[in-house]
Amino acid sequence: MSDRTAMSAHDTKPPALLTTSGRIFLAILVAAAVLVPALNLLTSPDAFLHVPTYVVSLLGKYLCYALLALSVDLIWGYVGILSLGHGAFFALGGYAMGMYLMRQIGTRGVYGDPVLPDFMVFLNWKQLPWFWHGFDLFPFAALMVLLAPGILALVFGWFAFRSRVTGVYLSIITQAMTFALLLAFFRNDMGFGGNNGLTDFKDILGFNIQSDGTRAVLFALSALALAGGYVICRYLVRSHFGKVLIAIRDAEARVRFTGYRAENYKLVAFVVSAMLAGVAGALYVPQVGIINPSEFSPANSIEIIVWVAVGGRGTLVGAALGAVLVNYAKTYFTSGMLAPYWLFMLGGLFVAVTLFLPKGIVGTFYDWRARRTEARQVAPEAESLPPAGEPKPAE
Amino acid sequence: MILNARLRSRGCALLLALTAICALLLPLGGARAQDISAPLAQLATDNYNDTEAALGALALSGSPAAAGIVAALADGKLVFSTSPRQVFLKTDAGLVDPVTQQAVASPPPVKPVRVNNRIRRAVEAAMGALSLVSPDPAKRLDAAVAVARSRDEAALPALEAALAKETDARVKSALTLARASIVMGKAGISDAERIAAIQTVGAEGNQDALAILRSVPADASPAVKEAAAGAIAGIERNLAMWGIAQNVWYGLSLGSVLLLAAIGLAITFGVMGVINMAHGEMVMLGAYTTFVVQEVIRTSWPGLFDASLLIAIPLAFLFTGLIGVLIERTVIRFLYGRALETLLATWGISLILQQAIRTIFGPTNREVGAPSWMSGSFDIGLMSITYGRLWIIIFATLVFAALLAVLRLTRIGLEMRAVTQNRRMAASMGIRTNWVDAMTFGLGSGIAGIAGVALSQIDNVSPNLGQSYIIDSFLVVVFGGVGNLWGTLVGAMSLGVANKLLEPYAGAVLGKIALLVIVILFIQKRPRGLFALKGRAIEA
Repeated sequence: MSDRTAMSAHDTKPPALLTTSGRIFLAILVAAAVLVPALNLLTSPDAFLHVPTYVVSLLGKYLCYALLALSVDLIWGYVGILSLGHGAFFALGGYAMGMYLMRQIGTRGVYGDPVLPDFMVFLNWKQLPWFWHGFDLFPFAALMVLLAPGILALVFGWFAFRSRVTGVYLSIITQAMTFALLLAFFRNDMGFGGNNGLTDFKDILGFNIQSDGTRAVLFALSALALAGGYVICRYLVRSHFGKVLIAIRDAEARVRFTGYRAENYKLVAFVVSAMLAGVAGALYVPQVGIINPSEFSPANSIEIIVWVAVGGRGTLVGAALGAVLVNYAKTYFTSGMLAPYWLFMLGGLFVAVTLFLPKGIVGTFYDWRARRTEARQVAPEAESLPPAGEPKPAE
Repeated sequence: MILNARLRSRGCALLLALTAICALLLPLGGARAQDISAPLAQLATDNYNDTEAALGALALSGSPAAAGIVAALADGKLVFSTSPRQVFLKTDAGLVDPVTQQAVASPPPVKPVRVNNRIRRAVEAAMGALSLVSPDPAKRLDAAVAVARSRDEAALPALEAALAKETDARVKSALTLARASIVMGKAGISDAERIAAIQTVGAEGNQDALAILRSVPADASPAVKEAAAGAIAGIERNLAMWGIAQNVWYGLSLGSVLLLAAIGLAITFGVMGVINMAHGEMVMLGAYTTFVVQEVIRTSWPGLFDASLLIAIPLAFLFTGLIGVLIERTVIRFLYGRALETLLATWGISLILQQAIRTIFGPTNREVGAPSWMSGSFDIGLMSITYGRLWIIIFATLVFAALLAVLRLTRIGLEMRAVTQNRRMAASMGIRTNWVDAMTFGLGSGIAGIAGVALSQIDNVSPNLGQSYIIDSFLVVVFGGVGNLWGTLVGAMSLGVANKLLEPYAGAVLGKIALLVIVILFIQKRPRGLFALKGRAIEA
């Protein structure tokens, strides 16, 4: 679609890659990547500022969720594709990493088989299934973290977008996709550990997966991955490509009539999003120590949507913020005596956000800021500027 | 009947002493009196041969008193006097007459009927034979199955006697099989007889018959083996056909369940363009309504239990319908034109409803009983049809017809169809689309509620009940297309039948996965479902 360069002539200047909120977001992430591990490793356990290891893992988990939310925001906020199956891409990335970690266990498993993971010995399998080969090598596993979700998204998206399955229909078949995978991964003979999944990991790249140091590094990597994911998404949505995506979101038919092949744009965005979700899953698994088929459950995928909705759809930063906030709330409320009320709260959150906060926290904040700027500019200039580069979330 | 004739014409060359009696009694047919005075007189002896013969006669007599007499003999409680030649039962209260059970006023001197190993075997055979002619058909059936399993040649005469006067079709079939299985295994029997037995078994055409035919002795002649192989092939064809019929039946019943669960979803989706993620919870609420109705009936009016479902249906419809209208008025109407947001909000509502039910009724399954008219089953050929499934199919058909009638014949139905086809134009024609939306949502939820009443009969009533049907219901709607109830019907039935036909080959889980993939691929071909609404809009 390179023949559309004419459009950029209308843009007086491309929006900056990083807005103020983006800079703050990246600064927080980098600071967290340095400070949290430092406060965990360098201070004594009694010190006031000490961050216990379990908190490091918990925060790392939130950051993985934030990256997942970011990937959903890319396609929901900017392309208008409501995927109810994004948990599947997350889980596939997680399984790719889990398979690498399983192969690292070696003879330390319960059955001590040097090649076969415990569950295969238990199922009386004699040799490694073909799709497990290569997962003992980290680079291959890392490649698979991207390829497994990417290829699924490519195939699925190619079918779905080419035949113009949109809106609610698309949401439902993405849900059917993750449900089919859920059923498949529950089967023992699929070779992914059945309903127990993959667990009991020992080390990653030679480092003990339980040690404080490894956990701190994983946390820092999660923070950096989130930062990197943010920059990639930001780069995509501010580019010409991103403008077409937004146009597709707002009026797909009109974009098509203008001569764009909307399905190709959607497909690229969908695949990138799936890969980001895969990376999130791959970082998630070593930090929580298990991956099992319940990650594929449709309910999980829908929950991701509410993180994005709470934070603010189509704002990227908001998606990450929403993921951390909702998950913090979940940790807080499900651990105490309030546990029975958590589902009331989560359900209420879905309803309240869609009814009263359709733009989410960050989107509402942008609106408020824009109005304030507008009020200030009324005197000098009559025209008002929308906040640079921030798309207006539309339906 | 052919069998009877053959039995009668045959001389029974049999091993045990029962034979003679059997041959003697058979020509008498079913009109035989239950007079057992002759064998009783014969028992009053020390002669083992006489005792054995008498036992055989008793076994075939079918007299209600016979079982007690044989049992008494085994226990050594049967005594006899030589003058007059008469037997008595020895009880704690003294001697009693074996037939009338009357105490004997002035007992003559008696001694026990003697028993040796031969007699003990005869007693066992007689007991088996007596249960073959027991007045209770269930007992006769058990006995026939037991004989077929034991392949005890000794039981043959009793079997044939029982066969001659059996009237119950199922017992008769079991008896025929038992007889044929014994005949086939018997040494020194002619090929013609074996082949006849094979044909008899083959005509039965069920699983038991197959097992019997596979046990043709290895030393049988080629002709016999060929006959057996032919019969086996015939039975297998027969069984395969019935198997398919049975699976189609299961599929139709699953399809009915899907139809009930999905049809409410289909009309709300058709009219309002929103997917109600809380639809499954409406089904669940309907099931819990049934539970509450049954609890109230159990405690207050136990006599009404059989009517509990009939009472629950309107209540469930009203209750869930009201909840539906409430949801529409408080949440969904603020989200018009934002289908995806509606999906999220209704998902939130579904979580709240689930948790509310969990808080009130607890997380465990609740027991919902089946009224007597829904339990039990009957057979058509080799197909077993349970009344529960039958009623669900009938019920789904009725609900479908009622809904069709509402849409076709009532004013609100007309308005719903108008809004489905073109909302803005319908509004300009003066239809209160808001009101239509509320009514549609209420109707859809109400139907989900009565689906819940039906599902309470076949599934566990738990807070998660709705979740297990919601994805399937979505697929039905998406597959069938909106705007036409027939689409939902075809969608539900084809998914149901396809699911059950795939199951034997792929297993339940793989079959389900295959179906999901098929539907996903199908949507590529027809993005608006089988019965898509035709129109000029480029975007729905």
